[in-house]
Amino acid sequence: MTTTLQPAITILPSKKTPIILSVIAVIVFLFFGIMGNSDVAHFKLDSAGDAFALPELAFPGKVSNIIIGVILLAVAAYSWMLRSKAQQLATWIIGVASGLFVLSFLIWVVSGANITTISLSSLLAGAVVLAVPLVFGSLSGVLCERSGVVNIAIEGQLLGGAFTAALVSSMTKNAFFGLIAAGIAGALVSLVLALFSIKYVVNQIIVGVVLNVLVSGITGFLFTTVMQEDPELYNSPVHLPVIAIPGLSAIPVIGPILFRQSVIGYLMYIAVFVVWFGLFKTKWGLRVRAVGEHPKAADTLGIKVNRTRFWNVTLGGIVAGIGGSFFTLVAIDSFTKEISGGRGFIALAAVIFGRWNPIGAFLAALLFGFADNLQVILTIIGTPVPSQFMAMMPYLVTIFAVAGLVGRSRGPASVGEPYVKE
Amino acid sequence: MTKQKSESDLFRQITQGPGLVSVLGVFVALLIGGLLIAATDSKVAETAGYLFARPSDFFSAVWAAGTDSYIALFNGAIYNSSQGFKPFLETLTVATPLICAGLGVALSFRAGLFNIGAQGQIIIGAVMAGYVGFAWHLPVGLHLLLVVIFGLIGGALWGGLVGLLKAKTGAHEVILTIMFNYVALYLIDYLMNTEAFRRPGETNPISPILDASAVFPSLPGSNLHLGFVMAILLTLAVAWILKRSTIGFEFRAVGHNPEAAKTAGVNVARTTILVMALAGALAGAAGVAQVAGTEKVLTNGIAGSLGFDAITVALLGRSTPWGTFFAGLLFGAFQAGAVNMQIATGTPIDIVLVVQSLIVLFIAAPPLVKTIFGLNPKKKRAATSEPVKAGAK
Amino acid sequence: MKLELRGISKAFGSFYANKNIDLTVDDAQIHCLLGENGAGKSTLMNVLYGLYQPTEGQILLDGKPVEFSGPGDAMAAGIGMVHQHFMLIPVFTVAENIALGAEATKAGGVLDLAVTRKKIREISDRYNFDVDPDALVEDLPVGVQQRVEIIKALVRDARVLILDEPTAVLTPQETDELLEIMRQLKANGTSIVFISHKLREVRAVSDVITVIRRGQVIDSVSPESSTTELANLMVGRAVELNLYKEAAAPGQATLQVRDLSVVNAAGTTTLDAVSFDIHQGEILAVAGVQGNGQTELTEAILGTQPVTAGSVKLEGTELVGKSVKQVLRSGVGFVPEDRSVHGLVTQFTIEENLVLDLYDRAPFGKGISMNLGAVKKNATQQIADFDIRTDNQLNPASSLSGGNQQKVVMARELSRDLKLFIASQPTRGVDVGSIEFLHRRIVAERDKGTPVMIVSTELDEVMELADRIAVLYKGRINGIVPGDTSREVLGLMMAGASAEEAFAQAEYAKSDNEPVEAKPVPVEHQEGEAQ
Repeated sequence: MTTTLQPAITILPSKKTPIILSVIAVIVFLFFGIMGNSDVAHFKLDSAGDAFALPELAFPGKVSNIIIGVILLAVAAYSWMLRSKAQQLATWIIGVASGLFVLSFLIWVVSGANITTISLSSLLAGAVVLAVPLVFGSLSGVLCERSGVVNIAIEGQLLGGAFTAALVSSMTKNAFFGLIAAGIAGALVSLVLALFSIKYVVNQIIVGVVLNVLVSGITGFLFTTVMQEDPELYNSPVHLPVIAIPGLSAIPVIGPILFRQSVIGYLMYIAVFVVWFGLFKTKWGLRVRAVGEHPKAADTLGIKVNRTRFWNVTLGGIVAGIGGSFFTLVAIDSFTKEISGGRGFIALAAVIFGRWNPIGAFLAALLFGFADNLQVILTIIGTPVPSQFMAMMPYLVTIFAVAGLVGRSRGPASVGEPYVKE
Repeated sequence: MTKQKSESDLFRQITQGPGLVSVLGVFVALLIGGLLIAATDSKVAETAGYLFARPSDFFSAVWAAGTDSYIALFNGAIYNSSQGFKPFLETLTVATPLICAGLGVALSFRAGLFNIGAQGQIIIGAVMAGYVGFAWHLPVGLHLLLVVIFGLIGGALWGGLVGLLKAKTGAHEVILTIMFNYVALYLIDYLMNTEAFRRPGETNPISPILDASAVFPSLPGSNLHLGFVMAILLTLAVAWILKRSTIGFEFRAVGHNPEAAKTAGVNVARTTILVMALAGALAGAAGVAQVAGTEKVLTNGIAGSLGFDAITVALLGRSTPWGTFFAGLLFGAFQAGAVNMQIATGTPIDIVLVVQSLIVLFIAAPPLVKTIFGLNPKKKRAATSEPVKAGAK
Repeated sequence: MKLELRGISKAFGSFYANKNIDLTVDDAQIHCLLGENGAGKSTLMNVLYGLYQPTEGQILLDGKPVEFSGPGDAMAAGIGMVHQHFMLIPVFTVAENIALGAEATKAGGVLDLAVTRKKIREISDRYNFDVDPDALVEDLPVGVQQRVEIIKALVRDARVLILDEPTAVLTPQETDELLEIMRQLKANGTSIVFISHKLREVRAVSDVITVIRRGQVIDSVSPESSTTELANLMVGRAVELNLYKEAAAPGQATLQVRDLSVVNAAGTTTLDAVSFDIHQGEILAVAGVQGNGQTELTEAILGTQPVTAGSVKLEGTELVGKSVKQVLRSGVGFVPEDRSVHGLVTQFTIEENLVLDLYDRAPFGKGISMNLGAVKKNATQQIADFDIRTDNQLNPASSLSGGNQQKVVMARELSRDLKLFIASQPTRGVDVGSIEFLHRRIVAERDKGTPVMIVSTELDEVMELADRIAVLYKGRINGIVPGDTSREVLGLMMAGASAEEAFAQAEYAKSDNEPVEAKPVPVEHQEGEAQ
């Protein structure tokens, strides 16, 4: 009887990575390098409050990009070679190659711009600021989806949090009350999501889409009827102060990023770690992930599937609500309609691009924040690249990610499927 | 005996079926909306101050706040004494793109596809239709025809691309369509800032006005245009496709049971692409109705929130063509009336979003509505329905 | 631990999946529940494991009555279960899967997988499992996954272990290893309830065999009973339907299948170089135990299953590589094995289901337009023709009984001129009256001169319909025999014997001049062959 134990067919790794690396290398070499501008791109590393000054980095556009192009071509060739031996490129090499590509792109646009100097320090610090709500939103997405509930309502949670934070902070003259209220508002949005999708088994996507409209309607309505009636009383939120940690905050580049943040900014770093640790290192996380992957298996081991989902969705709401408060307690003076401006959907993209991992989502959100900020800065220095294409980046990257062109995104197996006991 | 059975079934359908639940769902949503209006009404707040002294003042203020707004809404949407039924024409105008895009969403729902992408499809449809309308100068008749055709093609391309990606890579259409919406949004933003699209001498992103030959003729003295007839024709067409065409048969088969469809020889990948392209074309028609009917110019905000409204319209219409048509009319009436409501009573238009989304939520969860109205015949149903379910297992 | 079931009944509506079942599993005993698919074995075990509540009856552990409101209670009482479909999370490691629900933790709820790893290693060493606690479950072969399931139960101190069709997914080598593990477990004092319908394994490992048929205990016998005897008990003496069937008048061999092979996504060969012919006016029945490649064979011919190698020629035209639609259009009628998944769109009306694969051809479809009048007329005619019981042809197919649903599928597939008719499990879950009717229709199609292929796991059905019988075992045809081949021979072949061996063995049994049913067939010769 040798019929069924055939050796498994050897499957060569996908061609996608080598192909993409090759395309990138050729673009850098030809388009950014050979055809690029020969002006010099200047990157300032230090900023005003720094403890000590750092030299400015200067890259001659054409030459630098030809060199980077050659390196990338070598990496691409190496990855083809590995593939023929059924091996795959180490992740860190892909990371370095991606970094080089971004650097090359920066050199290319800056050397071709009207002003050929940008501050790398403020580019990064600004990216982190723009990323804060994205990070909280994506953590909400991770918490919900890891337990098996699709959360399209991140946008609504952010918006609800932003509104409530502004209202409560204005009325109590206390930003921390605003912060807490934002968490509660996010949780309320989540409760509706949980009630309809878990108890009434309404399609989770429908509930999410409708919730976004509902929150947009309610906040818009109350903005007009309440806030605009007396902005002094209802829409002048007390802001959370930016707390600079003495000494550390003066370190160039990383000081402003890590040590010159608002409470919410610091909370973000904590939240990413806590969610990551919780999901992957604790009993709670093991159960949550089990429920999202194979609820029936979890059930046969005595784990309450729907209860777990309910609490996770609620927790996600709190996290996203706090993220939403960043708009009105830190970033912007007061609440305006649609203040979240679709960032909930970018957060959703970060969840997917970050492969449902809190740290991955964090990095994806940073990348999207970086693209967002770069777009602003590039508009200021006047480059030929239309800002809209920079703004499209998160969405295009996500399309490539879900279509399997950039890595493979595999979500929790049972996400979106209600669990109904027989 | 059969007759008796069908009679009792009919009774059950009326009391427990979607019809009554829909009506009750709309009612509850309006009620909550009314309470929200009352809660923020200054008169109500004032009377609440002496609630215990004179509760009747409070309750009449609540009643007045709610009803005044809804009466103003009705006056702006259907009929008022000064304009007669003219507001109803405005309702039809507003409903036109809602119906078209709603049909697209409904069609994809029927094929089991969660198409959240009407927004992007409307934008691309409007861009192509608008460009043909202001940049080309063609004879009457032909010009409008081409505007419509290019609008449909634009939407179809944007939707079809999603179908293609889904069929070829297995990517989920919800994520794809959301992302395509934003790509479309930035694309139109970019285009509106190019020479080809921006009106000469303008710095704002606004296109030249469409040629007279490129716009839908409208009813004199109103905004209602021929696009509404297009919406009716499209409703008929979708009804025909779903009920009487082989492709509609395939769509529905794939939507209910892709495995059985595959076994019966249906090419599921091809069907997915076709459905998304048709859904996109219908959304594109909404873009045409906007750019060549209501607005007559192309702007960044040409699609408004139509794409998301279309989803609620399709859901309320339970994804049937005529259900979507009437849901489009209802939401059209809300939106048309809301303008008048805001002018007359100061109630912000946003209340319409609240009511709309509540309606969809309630209708999606009949058990909730039944619980609210105490219609849950738990004890009776349990005995009959449970064994069927268990036996199927 | 001693386990007793007393008078257990489990009803779904008016249908009894289990009726008044008594069963006693002694301490350190391997007790086999033998029965066909759908006999009610799994329902009984789900009752025992707390997933279902019994309608009547009592469960006793070591003489004490117990009640389980869920699997948690059953586990706490010392009952472990390895489900037929593993309850493992593919993206988790072995240790994570085993810890789940009974996690060892450090302060603050932090997982302490080291404790779990240690337990896994202990059990793994004791039984020679060779399981790496840090391997991802999805990377493990099925046989190892099953060991993970067993460890999961043992870590929770299971004293009674239920194995639900554990060998259904295993290769022969893995099966033998599992049987060895079961013996070891027994030696360590664990009681095992072993659910199976595979006679060889059952006889090899069991202490007691209880046969279940149609939800009731038929008999408890010793493993010394012959394969034949067990098969007869399991299948039961079916009601003779006395199907009148003329002798076949086979014409040309218009269907020629050559070296057809299918390798599934996991890399396992599920169909291995299968070759056979079917003649016009002939019924070839494919017999075999479920899961031996039947599904793959029919789906490979239809085109829904990618073919790795081989050819299928129908009247000289190659079918491999064609789309499903082209295959259907070339004159293939196809009744899939699971009507509600593959055969019907149950939400569609009866009318629509009657044209499910005909909707786009005359007279129902022209261009993209459908002729609803023709669809309606067709339905009226088919409903009358096939005696489909419904009060309205616009009712959804889900409103029909199983038998009538099957009639819809069969009516549709037989309503056109066929060059080949394939029916999988044509009467599964169908009432006796409809079975007879459907069988007559199949024979009538044969008599029209159509080559017919029937796939059935029901031996009665195979013997009733077949002009020739091909037996599939582990993806291979291990013999094609005449339609009047005895039940004994077929049973042996289904257990893995080649045709020659099976005939030889059956002859040996007969030569003793005793009634076959009563006489145990010596099977020592047979076991080696099945390896």
